[in-house]
Amino acid sequence: MLAFLTKRIGAGLSVLLVVPSLTFLLMFGNAANAARQILGESATPEQVAAKSAELGVNRPLYVQFVDYVGQLFVGDLGRSWFTAEPIGSLLASRATVTLTVVIGSILVSTLLAFALGIAAALRRGALDIALQVLAIVGFAVPGFWLALLLVSNLALQLRLFPATGFVAFTASPGQWLASITLPIVALMVGAVAGVAQQVRGSVIDVLEQDYVRTLRARGLPSWRVVAHVLRNASAPALTVVALTFIGTLSGAVFVERIFALPGLGLAATNAAVNGDVPVIMGVVLVMTTIVVLVNLVVDLAIGLLNPKVRLS
Amino acid sequence: MSQLVPIPAPTAVPARRGVISKVVHDPLGVISLVALLLIVLATVLAAVLAPQDPARSSLDDIFAPISAAHPLGGDSAGRDLLSRLLYGAQVSLLGATIALLASLVIGLPAGLIAGYYGRTFDSVSSWASNLLQALPAIIVLLALRTVFGPSIWTSMVIFGVILAPGAYRLVRATVSGVRNELYIDAALVSGLSDTRIIARHMLRVVRGPLIMHSAMVLAICINIQAGLEFLGFGDPQTASWGSMLNEGFLNIFQAPQMLFWPGLALFLTSAALALVASSLRDALQAGAAKPVRRRSVKAPPAGNGAVPSDALLSVRDLRVAYSGGSVEVVHGVSLDVAHGEVVGLVGESGSGKTQVALSVLDLLPTGGQVTSGAIALAGEPLLGRSASFLRTVRGHRIGYIPQEPLSNLDPSFRIGNQLSEVVRVHLGLSRAAARDRVLDLLARVGIPDPARTYRAFPHEISGGMAQRVLIAGAVSCDPELLIADEPTTALDVTVQADILDLLRDLQQEKGLGVLFVTHDFGVVADICDRVLVMRQGEIVEDGPAEAIFDTPQHDYTRSLLGSMLDGRPARLARVKATGDGRA
Amino acid sequence: MPESLLEVRDLIVEYPSKGFRAQPFRALHGVSINVKAGETVGLVGESGSGKTTLGRAILGLAPVTGGSIRFEDREIGHASRRERRGLARELQVVFQDPYTSLNPSMTVGDILTEPLWITGVKRQAAKAQVRELLDKVQLPKDAVDRYAREFSGGQRQRVAIARALALRPKLVVCDEPVSALDLSTQATVLDLLIELQESLGVAYLFVSHDLGVVRYISHRVAVMYRGELVEDGDGDVVTSRPEHPYTQRLLLAAPIPDPIRQEANRANRHRLLAQQAEQDEQAGL
Repeated sequence: MLAFLTKRIGAGLSVLLVVPSLTFLLMFGNAANAARQILGESATPEQVAAKSAELGVNRPLYVQFVDYVGQLFVGDLGRSWFTAEPIGSLLASRATVTLTVVIGSILVSTLLAFALGIAAALRRGALDIALQVLAIVGFAVPGFWLALLLVSNLALQLRLFPATGFVAFTASPGQWLASITLPIVALMVGAVAGVAQQVRGSVIDVLEQDYVRTLRARGLPSWRVVAHVLRNASAPALTVVALTFIGTLSGAVFVERIFALPGLGLAATNAAVNGDVPVIMGVVLVMTTIVVLVNLVVDLAIGLLNPKVRLS
Repeated sequence: MSQLVPIPAPTAVPARRGVISKVVHDPLGVISLVALLLIVLATVLAAVLAPQDPARSSLDDIFAPISAAHPLGGDSAGRDLLSRLLYGAQVSLLGATIALLASLVIGLPAGLIAGYYGRTFDSVSSWASNLLQALPAIIVLLALRTVFGPSIWTSMVIFGVILAPGAYRLVRATVSGVRNELYIDAALVSGLSDTRIIARHMLRVVRGPLIMHSAMVLAICINIQAGLEFLGFGDPQTASWGSMLNEGFLNIFQAPQMLFWPGLALFLTSAALALVASSLRDALQAGAAKPVRRRSVKAPPAGNGAVPSDALLSVRDLRVAYSGGSVEVVHGVSLDVAHGEVVGLVGESGSGKTQVALSVLDLLPTGGQVTSGAIALAGEPLLGRSASFLRTVRGHRIGYIPQEPLSNLDPSFRIGNQLSEVVRVHLGLSRAAARDRVLDLLARVGIPDPARTYRAFPHEISGGMAQRVLIAGAVSCDPELLIADEPTTALDVTVQADILDLLRDLQQEKGLGVLFVTHDFGVVADICDRVLVMRQGEIVEDGPAEAIFDTPQHDYTRSLLGSMLDGRPARLARVKATGDGRA
Repeated sequence: MPESLLEVRDLIVEYPSKGFRAQPFRALHGVSINVKAGETVGLVGESGSGKTTLGRAILGLAPVTGGSIRFEDREIGHASRRERRGLARELQVVFQDPYTSLNPSMTVGDILTEPLWITGVKRQAAKAQVRELLDKVQLPKDAVDRYAREFSGGQRQRVAIARALALRPKLVVCDEPVSALDLSTQATVLDLLIELQESLGVAYLFVSHDLGVVRYISHRVAVMYRGELVEDGDGDVVTSRPEHPYTQRLLLAAPIPDPIRQEANRANRHRLLAQQAEQDEQAGL
């Protein structure tokens, strides 16, 4: 188990080192005339030079990189080129919003997907056909279109939910729930379909294994057999949950724009429009960390469920 | 290996034509293919079909209602929605195709090389593919947009690169699976070069799954491109589905209906692609799990055959069929197993011997059902009984020993756990008592270090040991009857002899009745009191073991015994006898 | 007697183990064997004995770490792919599993043409040769246009035999060619192999776990155990009066299809096991 964990942590660290570094080198390597872009065509060369010096983009790339990494260790992610806001505190509050809707959607969709997938695999019939339809619809329907339809119908027409904004849980739990319900639903549909399909597939695979017949031949109660089946089927399903999590982070970018939720995605979208490189860099760093952590948790769960994985 | 599910007779349809004809015969496949074709046609013919120039705006037509001139109405700038929808499709399909090509250009060769050669290239490319998948795609696109500029086409190429791991993994997994097939070894022995092997053998196998994958990728690309344009990262002047949705979003209060058409177009295109992919998948893995209802159709109530009560197990006129009863594989088999008797059920593959054994346990594979007959254990009927009744019989009064030792143990649970579970359920023992009983059992079946095996996972023990564990499981609740389905076929011959000794000892010690399914007459001679010979779902001969070997009555039995090699003179002895040289 | 066609000396095969600085797994510990033209040498052993590895090493499918493999006085232990292509005319293979040894997406015609095509046989000539081959292995002519999966196990194995014999090789490595087949099919495939050997003069290295099968087809028999060759000699002697304790155990472990003789056989086996255990104990003390 220790060797398995070390290996997974090593893999996670390598991602954490390489992805943000590459992003940094690409983005800041291209930022030489950022000052001109910020100040516009009317600025004098002196103003541009002064701005470049202020932003630090006139220094050699490696100096900027070493400086950035050094600042990271004291928890400083730099400042926005446009608002001069410190990025660390800016992203901290935004990460809360994004994680609330993303984790909420992953939790609800995983529970629902396991229930649906298991039931479809065990019972087959109409439920199974319904799941096949859901799988196609969930895959094909663009998540942001679904979000738009939800806003336009449930929020604007029927006024069941707020159309925009995020209310902190501490401010009002009821409004908090109302403000995240539609975003979570919009993010969920695709995730439920994908994961349920995988759960169904792996449960059916396991059901056809020899040892399941042998367990039945021993006269075990159904729920015990299902427990055996689930433990063996959950590893491939959890792998898909991890991938879905990354997909849901992508989806959050759209959902945050549509519902005007002040999350990481909205920050990234606005920063990309303006060319606010340090903010995007910060988002990349935070998202990579989140993804690596989630993958680690999933790997750990798979290792606990499946002795073969952790021993090989 | 025993054939559990009977394979239908081979048809004369060649493989390739098979896949296409299966897709064409699947109604959903046809509908989705036609829908796709129509979408592509409409896109290509946009100039002909569109009522007007997609960029022409008119103040009169701002938010125009649906009319003959504007079948879908007008947008916020007074442009015709239908025209924009048709021209927008060009951007969507082109962008998606660019991304798909980019992903294939990288993923296919990398997957082929990594899957075929493995080693360093494999490790490096798998690592790179993990990196590419570590970030949400849209964030990468936003970040790289500041580097490579705002062109939507560049973004789609980048998106293709991000999706390349999908194609890479698929190709790599397929190729490395095929790499170990014996026909690749045969090609290597023939001296075929690597390029030829990849071109002739690997590409053939990869083709189908890759086409399926490509359809899914196209759908994803169409959606993500629309998403980028929705976020405002496209050219606002060009009509596209994404920019139309963006306009709809900006005018959501005045004209929410503008959101409907482009979204529907996206959805229908993706759904058609997904359906084509799913139909193709069904065709590729013909016979794989389809959404059919698992029905354990119970036999009609006993009465078709009288059940004598003196036998331990009696089977009367048993019929087993597959595919809803249309393919019958066991045609009216009757047999008895007396207390303490070992009855061999012998036959070649496809004779239905395993089907009979599994019918007794009500454990026929999916799709199989007993269509008529009667089965009784010590006079008590088993067919048509409730699941809860059968659970008290299985494992408790009937033990089951399967063929493949390792695949019949749950890989995720410790061996002790799997065995004590059974005795706790049936005998109601406490955890500690169950553990003691299982340790005793493990010692009894000849496992040298029971405590260690108790803690072990199945992959930590050998096949011979695993078979002893399964035997321990089968006799753990002191059953009256054992069903042994080719219990020694997967074992080495020296291990087989030991296992047969163990089974014989246990049988005599506990006075077990045994239904012993095998194809091996040597094993029959070793352990069986009575023999039933099966052929094509029928019992052709039934008698005491010695009589079957001495004076077989049926032609089939005679021909089977006649094809035995034991007893025939050795090759060298034949050569010496005829004085025949070595060719 | 002709000189040896195949001469294997002190062959060592090691597979790299997974993991950093792990000891490689040694599958063969210095095995020597030779095969003369036109004869069958049976190679018998249980799983893990290295019998299949030996066959694969000769075919260039397993890594040779030591010793030599000489075929017609040429060293082939480390032959390149190009040299292998030349060798393919003389050295061929029939594998165990007729279900995976033929590409499921190729017709029987494609499969049989492949080896001919590599050696540059023209299309028309190849067609005629394929027809002749099918005839030789007693398959119907219309098999050319059908897929391998449409045939039964025994028929597929005939296709595999035809592929092996397409280039008129001098030696065919047969790796458990009848183990996956039904009893009644086994004998007919073995008889076909014998018949082809007598008419073509091909030699077989016949790998099997089944003493009965090996006895039936082999002139000479070699017994392998845990990566070593423990006994070899004339086929009838090794398979009826073996000298090595392992071969003795192997012989008595195979059940005889006759209840009365098997009972005696079983008693003999128990006696032998007790005797060997006693000897081991004495040697240990």
